[in-house]
Amino acid sequence: MTTENLELFEVFIRSKRGLDHKHVGSLHAEDPAQALEYARDCYTRRSEGVSIWVVRSADIVASQEDDAESFYDPSDDKPYRHATYYQLPDPVNNM
Amino acid sequence: MMSEQQLQQATFEYTLRLGDDALVLGHRISEWVRNGPFLEEDIAYGNVALDYIGRARMFYGYAAELADDGRTEDSFAYTRSEREFSNLLINELPRGDFAYSQVRQLLVDIYANLFLTRLLQSKDATLAAIAAKAIKESRYHLRRSREWVIRLGDGTEESQHRCQLALDDIWGYSHEMFEMDALEQQLADAGIGVDVSSLRDDWLVQIREILAEATLQLPADDWKVSGGRDGYHTEFLGHLLTELQIVHRSYPGCQW
Repeated sequence: MTTENLELFEVFIRSKRGLDHKHVGSLHAEDPAQALEYARDCYTRRSEGVSIWVVRSADIVASQEDDAESFYDPSDDKPYRHATYYQLPDPVNNM
Repeated sequence: MMSEQQLQQATFEYTLRLGDDALVLGHRISEWVRNGPFLEEDIAYGNVALDYIGRARMFYGYAAELADDGRTEDSFAYTRSEREFSNLLINELPRGDFAYSQVRQLLVDIYANLFLTRLLQSKDATLAAIAAKAIKESRYHLRRSREWVIRLGDGTEESQHRCQLALDDIWGYSHEMFEMDALEQQLADAGIGVDVSSLRDDWLVQIREILAEATLQLPADDWKVSGGRDGYHTEFLGHLLTELQIVHRSYPGCQW
């Protein structure tokens, strides 16, 4: 048996420390249920997580390298989108 | 009525049996490491092997405590010959092909879940504690072996054929899991051990249900082999122990 006929899944784990699921890697499996079990076996062996998501890699729509210019460059000259751009009145100590 | 000392000796032998079951099956499963059908399954089944080796250590550790004569978990694992091993035969059968290993795993996993559920109630606090840890693992093992047998049984013509062959081959070794001898009867009566003869009906209900889903035929009960508890083994155990014990026997007491 080879992995040719298996689907690729991306694995996301929520650790005890954090609140959000983080991408930890990918794996091959026959279907989502099996992918979840393999995620448990391959990525939580050292108690890394308390919650697992698996997503078919094919279902992920990813941005393309070629789009970088039109996607990200326009925000470069808009410093007012950062909180640090604004002068805070003194009474506001921490933000 | 057994004396306190007799009861402790009986509990020792019983614990050793359970340790032998775990070590021998754990070793068999470990043979799949780097031989798995694909990487993910290789790692997953390796985890199961580790669960069993860990279980063997817990039982052997407790047996050493009960024996209290200087023997350690290593003495039990590495310095006894096959006639001194008291594991059930089903655990020592060669790993065969992947279907064979998963079918054996299914029969053993269903049994383990039923057995450990009862052992949780043991009056022996240590055995009950080991059961509490082990049953969590066995629930997961069963989830895996159940999925695999259904996937392979209700799979291609080839995978179904291999599953059925495995089932017919192994079935005769399954009966031994439910046999009671004098030792086990004494311990069951004392509330320490499990009356395994009462587990088969529940076991069979689950087997039937899974086999139906896997489109596999329940084999006939027309032959059975037993003897493992008395140290009478198949020819396969000696070979397994040779590999398991070679380092320790070649370099006794070696440390690194």
